[in-house]
Amino acid sequence: MKKSVITLLIILALTAALLFAAFNGIGSIIPRTQDGIVLGLDLVGGSEITYEAQVTDKSGDLSEGMSSAIAMLRQRLDALGYTEANAYQAGDRQIVVEIPSISDPEDAVQKLGSTAVVTFEDADGKQWITGSDLDKAYYEYGPTDNSGVPNHHVVLTFNAEGQKKFLEGTRSVVQRSDGKNYLAICLDGEVVSSPTVDKKNNPDGINSDSAVITMGNDATAEDATYLANIISAGQMPFDLECVKLQGVGASLGERSLQTSLLAGLIGLLIVMLFMIVVYRVMGVISCIALTLYGALMAVLLSVFRINLSLPGIAGIILTVGMAVDANVVIYERIKEELRTGKTLLYAIDTGYKGALRAIVDSNITTIIAGVVLWIFGTGTIIGFAQTLLIGVILSMIIMLVVTRLLLHAAVGLKIRSPKAYCV
Amino acid sequence: MRDKIRGFSFTKNFKFISIIAALFVIVGLVGLLLLPFGVQLFNFDIDFVGGTTMQFDLHTPVTAEITSDVAAVVQEVSGKPASSVTKAGDSGTQVVIKSLELDSETRDAIFDALAEKYGMQDTDNLKSDYVSASVGSDLRNKAIKASLIAVALILVYITIRFEFRSGIAAIIALVHDLLVMLSMYIIFRIPFNMNFIAAALTIFGYSINATIVVFDRIRENRKKEMGKKTTFAEIVDKSIHQTMTRSLNTTITTLIVMVCLLILGVSSIRNFAAPICVGVIAGCFSSVCLSGPLWNLFTPKNDVRTK
Repeated sequence: MKKSVITLLIILALTAALLFAAFNGIGSIIPRTQDGIVLGLDLVGGSEITYEAQVTDKSGDLSEGMSSAIAMLRQRLDALGYTEANAYQAGDRQIVVEIPSISDPEDAVQKLGSTAVVTFEDADGKQWITGSDLDKAYYEYGPTDNSGVPNHHVVLTFNAEGQKKFLEGTRSVVQRSDGKNYLAICLDGEVVSSPTVDKKNNPDGINSDSAVITMGNDATAEDATYLANIISAGQMPFDLECVKLQGVGASLGERSLQTSLLAGLIGLLIVMLFMIVVYRVMGVISCIALTLYGALMAVLLSVFRINLSLPGIAGIILTVGMAVDANVVIYERIKEELRTGKTLLYAIDTGYKGALRAIVDSNITTIIAGVVLWIFGTGTIIGFAQTLLIGVILSMIIMLVVTRLLLHAAVGLKIRSPKAYCV
Repeated sequence: MRDKIRGFSFTKNFKFISIIAALFVIVGLVGLLLLPFGVQLFNFDIDFVGGTTMQFDLHTPVTAEITSDVAAVVQEVSGKPASSVTKAGDSGTQVVIKSLELDSETRDAIFDALAEKYGMQDTDNLKSDYVSASVGSDLRNKAIKASLIAVALILVYITIRFEFRSGIAAIIALVHDLLVMLSMYIIFRIPFNMNFIAAALTIFGYSINATIVVFDRIRENRKKEMGKKTTFAEIVDKSIHQTMTRSLNTTITTLIVMVCLLILGVSSIRNFAAPICVGVIAGCFSSVCLSGPLWNLFTPKNDVRTK
């Protein structure tokens, strides 16, 4: 009896705490659900960036270059985590990119539109190395100079031709008498760093198959990885200039989010009522478990800063459905056992045992689908896979552990008439 | 009545059941098969085929009422519904209208109609351009590839936990549900856009889940009846009846949420909820009436193997 009261109180307190966390946030670890979840373009809108291809020959056919530019932009959007973004061609020479609300759209404009051309130039502007001399680029963390302070940077490796040119370039630079003994590394025509070639150690130039792009001490691992990725992917077929940056509204309509939330809430309340009518005490337990599930889901979505658009919501609806289904499967088993005259505790335990395999098997198949869609999917499919995976794992744990504890607590609290469990 | 249902044999009446299933599937299947031949039965939306985008400055804060008014004007002038009408611009006084391709006369007519209503000058016609599909063939192929890999792995898992024959039965039930959804898209001319992918994925998960619960009961009963003279068909029928209440209750709870979205949601949300409702009902039908009898159909009559 005492134990049952404690179990019940702990679960109720946990539910209340999670609800509080979802609505108010806790410190910097758990943001408020309202702030933590990044709502998609379709639900709240975002920014629309229009790029224009900068080409000298205006008569030529651009269509091939445009589609490869769009494919590269999509790759970059995914790399930056804007999995819910859109990219499409408008007119002959423009590309429109739509991204969900973000704090720094200008930064995104710059990162996305970068041509990713790497060149090595001397003080006279002579290009010693261009993109075709590079083999690959990768991210690395460690010290890049004698100070020994580690930083995030990008390592470029040369192909055979590039290595030869690098040797020639550094030799030419080191032999200069005007003191400008540096070879600048430029990205999209802008100098990123200008390391000096040391005369004493390298009188004949540097024979190396790699060079490092330092990005300063403020650079994060994400920045460096992103830069390495776009250099590796190759350069844009042409320069992209941002000709317009504007805010856009929700593509599903201004009131899509409000009305859907209201509908979801009403739907959930009716489902709870249905469960209570059909399964009585067990239905009440479902309601507690569902509330706990909803609060925990909201907290996790905001902690992981999930991009949420319509497919993501579809994933949540599906997992709520599966959570309710897990309850229904268990309860029907318990009712079957009760009908054959078993005692309540025995019925609960065998009911669980019987339902366990069905629930585990159906959830694992769903998890398999979720993982595959997450890995191989693109765009909004990833959003669906994320909410589906989080939701299925959560609901499986809650439905198998928490509802069972609550059922035992109910029995402990002397709610033992089979009528209370509806037979 | 109850006894009549209890006594209904799904395996013996499988011919009748499969005729019903075929009726609901046929439209979607034909639509899908005709696609490679360039025959277009689906109402493909701007996401898939591209279209027109127009941007006007209305000089008045764009509210939900205004966007639906603008959508109504587009429908009236062009005869086609707009794919989306959204607020834009820094002060939120502009609208972006996206629609399937419209010729320049129609676009001008739409602007004129709106200019009259909102007092716009010619300079407020900010943009009018062709846009490409945002879901091109590359994205579509990737989505199809991801789904096929998922289906293959699910088949492997079901084969390990149950047997290969049941895996095939589950996949057929899944294909049935998706085809019923496609039929609805064709018959009711629902705009076929990104929302379809969300709806289809949901039904994908729902259908597999529903089928597994029935299969689990078949697996369990088969073990219990080991060595007895019960046929596999009898085991299948018994299992379907035992899981009937759960199948119905789960379908009802899922439908409750979807019907709420259908009643209260804005039109684009309704276009998402309606196919899911249909898919959920199809999923209930296929898990109760199709998947078990199919497993039975694939199992040789003299099969005595039990797991």
